[in-house]
Parts: sequence; C-alpha cells; structure tokens
Amino acid sequence: MRRRNAPIITENSQVYTFTRRALVLGAGQGLLAAALAGRMAYISIAENERYNLASDENRIQMRLMPPRRGWIVDRHGQPIAINRSDFRVDLIPDRLHDPDRILAELARLLELPADEIERIRAELKHAAGYQPVPVAENVPFEKYAAVTVRLPELPGVAPLRSFSRFYPDAAAVAHLVGYVGTPNRKEYEAENKIPLLITPGFKIGKEGLEKTMEQRLRGKPGAQRIEVTARGQLVRELSTLSDVSGQPLPLTIDGGLQTFAARRLGEESGSVVVIDCLTGDILCLASMPAYDPNSFTDGISQNEWKMLAEDERHPLINKALNGLYPPGSTFKPMVAMALLQAGIDPTARVNCPGGFQLGSRFFRCLGRHGPMTMHTALARSCNTYFYAMGRRAGIDVISAMGRRLGFGQKFDLPVVSQNYGTMPSAEWKERKYKDDWSQSDTLNTSIGQGYVIVNPLQLAVMSSRIASGLDLQPHLIRANRPAPQPLPFAKEHFETVRSGMWEVVNGAGTAGRSRLEIPGVEMGGKTGTAQVRRIVGSQRGQSGEWKYRDHGLFVCFAPTASPRYAASVVIEHGMGGARAAAPVAKDVLTYLFDKEKAMASLIKFEEQWGGTMAQRMEVRAQRWLAEKAAEKAALQNGGGGATR
Amino acid sequence: MRGASFVPAPVATLPWGMLWIVLALGAAGVLALYSAAGGSFSPWAAFHAVRFTAFFCMALVISRFRTETFHDLTFVAYAGGICLLILTLMLGVIGGGARSWLELGFVRLQPSELMKPIIVLVIARFYARMPPKEIRRWAAIWPVGVFLGPPILLILLQPDLGTTMLIVLNTIALMFLAGLPLRLFIGSGIIVGAALPLVYSFLLLPHQQKRVLIFLDPEADPLGAGYHLTQSKIAIGSGGLFGKGFLNGTQSHLEYLPEQHTDFIFSAIAEEWGLVGGCVLIALFFLLVRWGMNVAIESKGRFERLTAAGLTLTIFFYLAINLMMVMGLAPVVGIPLPLVSYGGSAMLTVMICLGMLMAIDRGNKKDRRN
Repeated sequence: MRRRNAPIITENSQVYTFTRRALVLGAGQGLLAAALAGRMAYISIAENERYNLASDENRIQMRLMPPRRGWIVDRHGQPIAINRSDFRVDLIPDRLHDPDRILAELARLLELPADEIERIRAELKHAAGYQPVPVAENVPFEKYAAVTVRLPELPGVAPLRSFSRFYPDAAAVAHLVGYVGTPNRKEYEAENKIPLLITPGFKIGKEGLEKTMEQRLRGKPGAQRIEVTARGQLVRELSTLSDVSGQPLPLTIDGGLQTFAARRLGEESGSVVVIDCLTGDILCLASMPAYDPNSFTDGISQNEWKMLAEDERHPLINKALNGLYPPGSTFKPMVAMALLQAGIDPTARVNCPGGFQLGSRFFRCLGRHGPMTMHTALARSCNTYFYAMGRRAGIDVISAMGRRLGFGQKFDLPVVSQNYGTMPSAEWKERKYKDDWSQSDTLNTSIGQGYVIVNPLQLAVMSSRIASGLDLQPHLIRANRPAPQPLPFAKEHFETVRSGMWEVVNGAGTAGRSRLEIPGVEMGGKTGTAQVRRIVGSQRGQSGEWKYRDHGLFVCFAPTASPRYAASVVIEHGMGGARAAAPVAKDVLTYLFDKEKAMASLIKFEEQWGGTMAQRMEVRAQRWLAEKAAEKAALQNGGGGATR
Repeated sequence: MRGASFVPAPVATLPWGMLWIVLALGAAGVLALYSAAGGSFSPWAAFHAVRFTAFFCMALVISRFRTETFHDLTFVAYAGGICLLILTLMLGVIGGGARSWLELGFVRLQPSELMKPIIVLVIARFYARMPPKEIRRWAAIWPVGVFLGPPILLILLQPDLGTTMLIVLNTIALMFLAGLPLRLFIGSGIIVGAALPLVYSFLLLPHQQKRVLIFLDPEADPLGAGYHLTQSKIAIGSGGLFGKGFLNGTQSHLEYLPEQHTDFIFSAIAEEWGLVGGCVLIALFFLLVRWGMNVAIESKGRFERLTAAGLTLTIFFYLAINLMMVMGLAPVVGIPLPLVSYGGSAMLTVMICLGMLMAIDRGNKKDRRN
C-alpha cells in the first residue's frame, strides 16, 4: 500500500529534500524572529503606557501621613485638646519575613516588656497583611533613632514620626471631649475601608466630642511618594504632600470654669452644669470622677480599664448627660411655674401640719411648716404646699410645663448619648403601664419623686429658662446664633418663682449657708434631696452604706438682680442638696465672679482631700493595683493550700 | 580568506562573522549581569566573562576536530551520557524542584544538557547510515524511539519536563530534515493537538498544570505563580523604544523581576535598552541560527548535514522558547537564554554545539578548496 505511489528515493533526492526542508525551517525561524520582534514592539510601544504605570505602581508607594487633628479650644481660645509630636514604631505584617528575629531585635532596642511582645505576637497572628501592628508609641528619640539606623536589617519595621492627642486638663474634660484611639475593624469597614484608617498612628474619636465631631476634626492626610524594593525596603523619598490639619473646634465651654468645677467636685461622684442665661451656651459640663483621656490615646491597659469599669462611682459614665436622678425638691420651681400657669394665686396659703392626707394615705412633709405661700413653700421646701396645690392644678398642666422647661427632652447637642429620663403624664402612664393616672401620682410628681427622673443638664436648662424667661437651647459649639425667644409665660410668674429661689439662699431658706460672699451678687437656688431607695424604718438615706444614701441636688442662678448664669449640681449619695450640692454651686458661681476667691477656697479643700486631682487619681490607682495583687496572692495561697 | 598571506591559515579560516556574533552575545550577557548586580562585576558578571572565555576557547578547540571523529565517538558519548544521567539520579543535587545537577566539586554539571548534542549525533549517525530507500519504512522510526527512550526516561525521572520537551522537539525536527514522509508530521500534529487536553489532565504534575493555566491567563494570579510572567512583561513594556538606560532598570534593580540574571535576563536587558536593544539581540541570535543552517545546507556528507542542522536547532529551541516565555508567548519553563544568561550548563552545551558546527564548517570549506 505504501509502495504504491512511493517516489524513488536516492541520495541526491535526499539532499534535495533536506535543503528544501531546511529552507522551510529557516523561513519558520525567520518568521518566529519577526514575531518575537513584533510581540516585543507591541508590549513596549503599544502597551508602553500601561506597563510604565505598572512599573511605577511596583516601585512607588504612597505612604499616607495621618493629618493632625484640629484643636479643641474653649470659648476664650484656650486649648482643651491639642497635638503633641511623638515617635512610634509599627510592623507591616506583609513585609515581615522573620518575625522572631525582628521581634527579638525590637525588644532589645526598645526595651519592650514581655507582655507587650506577647500582645504584638497575638496581633501579628490575626493581622491582615496590610494593617500595621503597633509596636510602641511615644518612643523616646534615642530609641527611635536606634531603630531607624538599623532599618536596612529590619524589613517590615516602620518607624514613624506622628502626632498624638494631648488633653492638658486631663480628667477634667474627659467626659466632655472623650478620647481618641486606633480605629477597629468595624470602624474601618464603616468608612468603606479608606486606607487612612489603617495608616499607622492614625487615631479617630472614640467618645464624646472627639467622636461626634470626627469629620470636622480629622483634616486631610498628607502623602509621601517613596520608592521601594520588592521586599519593601525604602530606596528613597520622591515627593511629599503635606497634610491639612483639621479645623479647630471652638466650644462654648469655659475651660477654666470646667476645670475648676471638676476639681471642686473633689472626692464626690457627681456633676456640675453651668449655662449662660443670655445665649444658652454651656459653660461647664463636668462629671466626676473621670478617667484620664490621655491614657486612652496610647491604648489603655487592661488593668486600667478594669479599674475604671469596676469603680462604683462609675468614672466611665458622663453623669451630666447620662446620670438619671429623681429631681426631688429641685423640681419645685418648675411645679411653681405650672401652678401659676394654672391660675393659682401665689399668695394663697396652705397650712402644713407635717403632711397631706389623701384618702387613707398620708403624704409626709419634712417638717410642720404651718401656713405657707408659694414664696415660703419654695424657700423652706414645704411638700404639703406642693401636694395640695399640685393636686389642684392637675398633672396635665404640670407635665406640659415640665416639658416646656426641658424635662424629658433630648437637646440638639453633638454628644454621643443623652439619657432624657421621664416627665410623666397621664397619657405616658397609660402607654407605659396600661394604668390610669392617680391622685397620688400627681402628689409624688409635684415634689419631684415618683416616676420623674431627669438628668443634670435638664436641671440646668430648667434653671436657666426660669432665670432668663427665655426659651434657651443648650449649645456646646460656639457659633453665631439668633437670639433666643422669650417663653410664652407671664413675666410676673418668673419673678414670683425667682423671688422664692432668692429666699432659699438669702432669706429664711434651706441653703442659707451657701450664699455668695461677693458684694452685689446674690444667688437664687433650690435644694433637692432624692431618695435612692424606699425609706426603711428609721433609716432615711442619711447614713449607712454609701450607695444607698440620698442624692444631693441643687439648681441655681446668679445674679438674682439680672440672671447671667444658671447651674445645676448633683452630688450622688451626697445625702442632701443643702449639705452637699449647694456649697459646690456656691464656689462654682463664685469662680465666675471672683476667680481668686474661688481658687483660694479650692486649694484649701484639695489640701484636705490629699492633693490635686491627678495626684489623688494616681494614689487610687496604686491602691487598686495593690489590692488586686493582694487578692491574687491570697487566691493563689488558698488554692495552693487546698491542693496540698 | 583573501588575507591568508598575513594571518596564519587556521585563524584566517575561522568563521569570523559568526564569532563576532557569539562574542557580542557574551558581552551583552556580561553587561546585563553587571547591571543586574546593581553595577557590580560580582557576583555574576566577572564569573560569566571568565566562564564564557573558557568555553569559547573550548569551542575553538572542538572546531579543530575532524567530523569523522564525532561520528566515531557518537556511541561512546551516548553511553557516557547515560551513565552520567544515572549517576545524577543517584547522587544528584536538587535544585528548582528537580534532581538535575551533578556536583563535581569545581563545577555543577547538568548531564541532561550534555545529552542534547549527543542525541543529535546519534540520530544523525543513524539516518546517515540508513540506505535512502529505507527512509519511508517503519524501520526509520522505531530505532529513534529506542535511542531516545533511555535518556528521556532518565531526564523525566529528575523530573525535568523542559529539557525533555526540547530534546523531543529537536529530534522531531531532525527526523523532518532527514526526509521522513511529510504526512507523518501532519498526521501526528493533528493527533498531538487532540491529545493535549489528555496530557494536561493526566500526565502533568499540579505545578506544571498551574504554569500552563497561568500562561493562558497570567493576570489572574499576579502575585502568585503568574508573578514571573507579569513582572517580565512589565519590565519589557516599561522599557519602551530606547529603554530606561543602562543601570537604570527599576524592575530588575528593585528586585521585582525574578530570576533576572538567568531565565529572565532578556527582560532585564529590554528594560534598560528598550525595543532597540531587544531587537538587536534577537537579530544577533537569528544571524547565528541562520549561519548554522547555512553550514548544514552547505555540508556534503549526510551525517555532517544532519548534525549541523540538529545542533543549530538545539541552539534555536533554547532561545526561541526562552524569548517566547519572557514575552508571554509560552508557559514559564526554566530555560535560560544561551550565552547571555548566567549559568554554566547551558553555555557549555551551546559552546559544544558551536564548536562542532565550526568543525563542520571547516570541513565544508576544505572540501570547497579541494
């Protein structure tokens, strides 16, 4: 079959075949050479732009430089939160090839403690390649320099000069401004994973104004174009675009007053709120005890956090906004306004025999006051008057007035949260408890007990609205705003209530001992004492365990002649408004009129308490650590004994 | 030849055009390696120059042999090559995932490389001795399989697919030149085309399968196995028409381009010298191959003819596959660019091929003079 048309093959025909086929192969080789040259031309000419870009993308990296945060300043331009330059060292997991060696080297250079190394190891294990793991912040310059000179032998290590947040007034502004920290995964994802959030050294606001005003404070990051090798080593810097720091944020707060109030609260757990009666500006929003926001900037240790979380005085809670208390008698100025609105004659008398009989129930007063007018009832805080008149006026008018003066309200403020409490009404009780409003509910409400709970800011707002007669809205951020409008109530009503509050401090009232010692400036106020739990037997919340004692409250304004400032002071478990809260209010208002006098009395107090706020916090922390250590030791000894 | 009166005959009869090409390629290698080391003769450029010179001299020595000597030594060399391959499997050094190297103390030898010219000799000798009319018979095919079988098996065991492929390709090309019926090549071409998917699924190891996949779509895995190819194309593409300039390649100097001193040296050269430099290099190689093919065509004896063609094709397949690989036209297989890449074994093989080609060329010229 094969032979049928096979050609005759000779040596010559083979030479011919070879030459022909060799020429075919040679042509093929030439074609391939041309194809290769063409392919190369295509890659290097037609696609040159694309590959140039890719080559630059390889070698040039943008290194973001976190922007400096805008300052937070007080109403006089004094700094509340500023930036301090510091040095830090991070690890980039992607570029880390020999973590053990590098970590050992860093531990030696930076003198890292063992538990820090453990933390870094743990974070490295969970880190996504792009996210830097912080090694150390606030590194002293000598150690920082020691790392930078060894950088070529330390691939994956990124030293950086950055800025950290600093709060000169420390704990005094903690709850107000909050603190900053490294963004967590959730925050990173919430902002569409923008690379800035994972830039080493970048912090975002985690609490307070730092959190709510984040976008304004943040600024725009700078960028550095750097040339790097495939292993991530820096070859050289190409260009730098500087950052745009965030806008400064001016507050309505008076920094001096804020610090003074925080210091004056001393060892107590409580809050001070001061409002400007002309504008509604919040001059002071202090809550104590507090944490040091500076310690959060570098990341807080577990011990520190535990200590804060376990403290029964709740240093992590902003009591001025989130503390809720029955207002007690500090409620009465508002109730008095409601009574007047209901048409009750302020000169009408109610006899106080030591209480008020409603059906089979006797509602107690704190004393036998005899015949009382609105003026004397406010001055001496007679419950009987308010029981009787409150019942006559009815809950509807009281609860409408309460809301109008700020209770149960949430204010338009850049804060993380406000607990707005309860201003009860018949409709509210029906909704909440599916029950009818009763006369005794009205009686309890009239003296600020029962369902009523309020926060200290609301108390201050009430005080400022009564003091000014204006519909003041509290503000934290300084801005030009339209003048506040008057409240739609008769001027005489405000004057009647204000004169009762004048009597409280300056006449035969409950806070006589706290009158201002400044010539020509008088303070009006109202004390309040709120039960923490029901009266059991003879114990009236005036003794016994701290956490069951009554709260002391005080609302006030000054000067009475022409109100300029209004304030509320709440001292948790302070046992009484006159005893605990009014003296604080007196000193805080004194500060506004005579700083030196106020400071002199504060320094005396601080000597009694055992040092400045920072010193006392330090002592407390040491004591706590010692206690924990002792507990741990006892536990180990006990455990060891049991097993033996 | 006209200057024979001034220069000694052995020097004058050297194929100077081809030698200049070879020297230019070697120099290109030295330059590229000097740049790859960041402007330094160590660790590569100096050693490359020394090795090149040594092998170049060796090629000149080989060119003095008579072609009959190659013919007579063919089976001795074949037996020696097989022994070395067996020794490699037993005592070899593992590098790049295969046991391909024989550590000789002063040099690392890759016996599979030496096997390439030896197989050319074997095939050439086989067809040279075959009576012309046998060429269309079955007897012209199966003995090739017998000769090829043992070395191919031993090389596959290393495992070194790249070299195996080159040897098989070379042999097929040689059979084509030997005059086997055309329909065999067309027929088997169709069969191989149909069988490729089966080979891919059943014969290739996972890492080889991956290479093929990535060759088809390198951007799918730019940081993984496609990294080599992507970075190579970036190097060539970013070079543009005239390149970034000597010592200015960023892809190579910043180490983005892997294996820039061996398999991917062409990309490093293209990055610094651009399309112009790359085309000069391609042209030099083309001229060298064309010279080899001309030597083959001019040869009088069938053994010389086939040997010259086979040796030229060996050189050709090296550079063709390497160049196609760095430009993304072939999968990434570890094949260096002869004479330019850093590395001894490939250069040794190519220099042996060139030496023998020169010997055949000398024989041709002598015939012509006679």
